[in-house]
Amino acid sequence: MSHISPVLWQFLVKWMTNFALYPPEASTIAPQMDALYFFMVLVSLIGLTIVILLIVSFSILYSRKRHPKAVQIEGSTLLEATWTIIPLGLFLIMFVWGALIYFRVFTPPANAMNIYVVGKQWMWKAEHPGGQHEINSLHIPVDQPIQLTLISQDVFHSFSIPAFRVKREAIPGRYTTVWFQATATGTYHLFCTQYCGTNHSAMIGDVVVLSADDYKKWLASSTSGDSLAQNGERLFASLSCAACHNTRPDARGPSLANVYGSKLTLSSGEQITADDAYLREAILNPSQHITQGYAPIMPTYQGQVSEEGVIALVEYIKHLDSDYRIQQTTTTTDLLPESQPTAKPAATKQAAQGKVNP
Amino acid sequence: MSTSTIVSLPDQSTARIPKMNYLTKENGLLSWLLTSDHKRIATLYLISITFFFFIGGALAGLIRLELLTPQSDLMAADTYNKVFTMHGVIMVFFFLVPSVPATLGNFFIPMMIGAKDLALPKINLLSWYLYIVAGFMAIFTMAAGGVDTGWTFTTPLSTHYLNTHVISTGLAIFVAGFSSIFTGLNFIVTIHKMRCPGMTWFRLPLFVWAHYAASILMVLGTPVLAITLVLVVLERTVHIGVFDPALGGDPLLFQHLFWFYSHPAVYIMILPGMGVISEVISTFSRKRVFGYTAVAFSSVAIAVFGFFVWAHHMFIMGISNYAALVFSLLTMLVAVPSAIKIFNWAFTLYKGSITFETPMLYAFGFMGLFTIGGMTGVFLGTTGTDIHLTETYFIVAHFHFVMVGGMLMAFLSGIHFWWPKWTGRMYPEKISQFAAVVTFIGFCFTFFPQFILGTLGMPRRYAAYPPEFQVLNVFSTAGATILGVGYLLPILYLTWSLKYGEIAGDNPWQATGLEWQTQSPPLTENFTELPIMDHEAYDYEWLENKQAKEVASVQ
Repeated sequence: MSHISPVLWQFLVKWMTNFALYPPEASTIAPQMDALYFFMVLVSLIGLTIVILLIVSFSILYSRKRHPKAVQIEGSTLLEATWTIIPLGLFLIMFVWGALIYFRVFTPPANAMNIYVVGKQWMWKAEHPGGQHEINSLHIPVDQPIQLTLISQDVFHSFSIPAFRVKREAIPGRYTTVWFQATATGTYHLFCTQYCGTNHSAMIGDVVVLSADDYKKWLASSTSGDSLAQNGERLFASLSCAACHNTRPDARGPSLANVYGSKLTLSSGEQITADDAYLREAILNPSQHITQGYAPIMPTYQGQVSEEGVIALVEYIKHLDSDYRIQQTTTTTDLLPESQPTAKPAATKQAAQGKVNP
Repeated sequence: MSTSTIVSLPDQSTARIPKMNYLTKENGLLSWLLTSDHKRIATLYLISITFFFFIGGALAGLIRLELLTPQSDLMAADTYNKVFTMHGVIMVFFFLVPSVPATLGNFFIPMMIGAKDLALPKINLLSWYLYIVAGFMAIFTMAAGGVDTGWTFTTPLSTHYLNTHVISTGLAIFVAGFSSIFTGLNFIVTIHKMRCPGMTWFRLPLFVWAHYAASILMVLGTPVLAITLVLVVLERTVHIGVFDPALGGDPLLFQHLFWFYSHPAVYIMILPGMGVISEVISTFSRKRVFGYTAVAFSSVAIAVFGFFVWAHHMFIMGISNYAALVFSLLTMLVAVPSAIKIFNWAFTLYKGSITFETPMLYAFGFMGLFTIGGMTGVFLGTTGTDIHLTETYFIVAHFHFVMVGGMLMAFLSGIHFWWPKWTGRMYPEKISQFAAVVTFIGFCFTFFPQFILGTLGMPRRYAAYPPEFQVLNVFSTAGATILGVGYLLPILYLTWSLKYGEIAGDNPWQATGLEWQTQSPPLTENFTELPIMDHEAYDYEWLENKQAKEVASVQ
């Protein structure tokens, strides 16, 4: 092959060895989506072949040389109905098939492990329930459903894992969710696919799928010692939330024990379910979310708590399953000097470890 | 006369361009700048959109050069972001939207319906001036440092996070929008009020139907874009908080508003192109368009359904799953009229008498590429596959197949088809057939690899990308080089033909439209006497009888 330029040759070799038409299938949804994708490719190819065959064969059969005089034809209702109904039918099959996959991708199973992801110019920050943080990478266990709760701290970003066929927009000011279950260990691309400014193309990272054992090792080696809920508890204390949200009979704020997932009646009479999005809104924009029977006295925490902080608080409130836990926190507040929010009595830690865990 | 062509030119030794025509009637720069003749305004538009096309094209060249290597080495990421933003803004708002309507539509709609001019000639001139003002604002923006929002201006990036010239770009598009609204308004009024005696709705050429549908979209859709851009400007300057979540606004609202215009805008761009294809396919197969009514109504159906599909740009944005379901279903419905058109055109060829002049080659190119563009649109309109494919090179390839493979092919087809009428001279046939083939090959080479890149997951708007995507990007860049040659050739030989082209005569293609039944280039008044439409559209027998009569009367 001496007559081919070495650059070109290397190039071709590189291409042929890495040639792929689609990314690796590394999640449960990937083969399902690929099946639909290849069905659509097939339909497209057939459709394109028909159009090309019609053009080419008519061009040959009815060229002016062979067919000097055109025969005027008005149209044909039957033919036109055929090429209206058949494409419509095929499109409807794709619509239904696609919708089934779409609902699957955006309806997480109840047992999914939740990881929070905050997007910001230009990095992805993942917050694991065990308190592990990582930037521009995401470590997850194989064969376990993982739910991502995404939010952006500034502009729109989009969290895309091509190997999982999953993508979800991270939006400023609201949570979005997506879930997946990895089926093969390995390292896969993580992209930001929504244009987000200067370093958009640098907002990339790795999704590392680990076996159950490796994942445990990773968790142990990456932990900072506190779970996400514990971080939230500390924040809860340092922001003096428990000054009102305590369990005393004369409390100025409602008790937060078991509030997550419960139905609340707001002062406006509106009935809502307290989910992640509601809790976030109630912290940042409390005047719009007053529980019935309470005075609108809660100040906004907009600008005082980062999105990661809100996530920690939400995670803490999610795991508050008894008044006892809040009393523990209340005690913490009394003990804590405001200037040292990280210092923490050992008793609380034990209590937290006992009750609050992924 | 050769049997492989329908071209019939007058005897070149005696033929002359008519002394009196719209080009020679008045001279001097002012006679052009103050004209109210739709044909002169169309000529002004043709020159200006070609200018913008080449700016946009040069920017596309820079994009492809940068993507030759995985690192961002030719330009810094910021520069790259500005380049693709300006490429999008210029190509969409200063080329594609006005391309066929403002040039071919402007020139031929009055002639096709047997009118002297558009209903509102001065508004027509005003719309060109607005376009030029907007164009200068866009160029000023570029010269002053550019803008890097992407042509979609996504908030809050555009309102709170960028320090580039968002306001001047937004206002440029705002002004260009009025140009588009005026053109659409003018067409609607003209088509309603100015048809010659006998020109009923169902005798209108399909080119006119397509423009009518597109005009409705322009008039109803563009104001929404204008309002949206004003809101972006107000958000940037006085922080009104419509889109800012910190002030209680909704950042997604911007995208709803933006796509409420920008999806119908896709049909503003493609429908006039479809009109061109109907005329060309009919003329070069000597047959009435198969299923005239179906093709006419499919244009209207596209215009109507086109307004109810905008949220298919937002399937992964956290809109409710059920909203996604509805918009996906409606998207499937809008795909059907396009499929109908493709098959109707294909069956127009059936039992025709086909010749393969340049406009026909471009039209065949359109049909093939638009079929691919349309089918891949279904991939994106289907909610399940959209999750994986959206925001990647798949979507880039898809809309370039529709906009460049479809619209630009149609535009070039139309320019070649009507060139003899426009200028009175023929373009050189052989080299232009060559250019059509080069364009087609270059196009496939450029954009086909991008479908694979997108499926592999390569995100759009990346200045740097993982090295495993390089080979396909190199193919794409190589194809873009060929495509560039394909676009440069027509500029050269069409300019050449202005002086050296063969004299075309009234009706070189023996087409049936009223615009062909008058001299080339036409008189300022278009017709010497008011035409009377006494036959159906695409009635080739009527044309033969008429020509036979003319020959008999001369003898």
